Amino acid sequence: MAASDHTILQQAADWLAEGRKVAIATVVETWGSAPQPIGSQLVIDADGNFIGSVSGGCVEGAVVTEALDIIGSGKPKLLQFGVADETAWKVGLACGGKIGVYVEPVN
Amino acid sequence: MKRDLLVQLLAARANRQAVALITDLATGEQRLVPRAQAGNDPLAEKLDEAFRFDQSGSHDGKFINIHNPPLRLVIIGAVHIAQSVIPMAQQLGYDVTVIDPRGAFATGARFPGIALHAEWPDEILPQIGLDPRTAMIALTHDPKIDDPALNAALKSDIFYIGALGSKKTQAARAQRLRDHGFSDEQIARIHGPIGINIGAKGAPEIAVSIMAEMTRALRLGD
Repeated sequence: MAASDHTILQQAADWLAEGRKVAIATVVETWGSAPQPIGSQLVIDADGNFIGSVSGGCVEGAVVTEALDIIGSGKPKLLQFGVADETAWKVGLACGGKIGVYVEPVN
Repeated sequence: MKRDLLVQLLAARANRQAVALITDLATGEQRLVPRAQAGNDPLAEKLDEAFRFDQSGSHDGKFINIHNPPLRLVIIGAVHIAQSVIPMAQQLGYDVTVIDPRGAFATGARFPGIALHAEWPDEILPQIGLDPRTAMIALTHDPKIDDPALNAALKSDIFYIGALGSKKTQAARAQRLRDHGFSDEQIARIHGPIGINIGAKGAPEIAVSIMAEMTRALRLGD
């Protein structure tokens, strides 16, 4: 894993220390040409602040939205995204791959 | 993830310990496995491979997330080329340490914010520790400074050793190392002349060529 991912986890710890609620999203599976490698992480707080990346911008919005629910429910969830070419072009990413993202609350 | 698991993960990183976080994707159960104890884990075989190739992945509903220690680059020589290498290495995720016993070179003004040691390599390297997530480049051209560092590097299992200097300089260096008892096979671990051949001109381009070669060693093992 890249050192930057450790910076991301440190951010999670720092936010927790400030009393914020936090979820961690991790790319656990990829198919085809995925924009971010397995193990890439995104840390989200209950206000929707986030740092890191799971897709280079393609599905971050959806992951953050799910993460807010997961912070509320306290239950982890495995999300899957197909990054269809047409959709990808719309958001500026023409990869055509698929990714599995595991989102878990830190508690 | 439990908060104390996150704390343990970050502590392992600070101590340069390789660990794997294993998550059961169906139940959310997690465990942290240090590399040193991976052999006793039910996923021992997968873990060994994952650690070696720094490759996280899912196996039968279990996600193995590899947390290897951060990459580290030890630069021998607080010289001009080092100033070009450092920002690129940092961008690639390396923690950088610069060693040069010449106090006039190893100054905070020339290397702001960098771990600097104005000491002889053979004195400071044992404290720094050379491990498989570490690379070393010797840039001084001065055998008095470069050779002790290369000696230490060849006795370690760092993943990349590079030494600046022409083919003639390299041949003379190889002979000195042979005189120190190193075999040709061991000496062949040193990449020199340093860097892949891209016709680099000037320090920034030489830095590109060095970091490209280091990346190849990291990812392809050659």
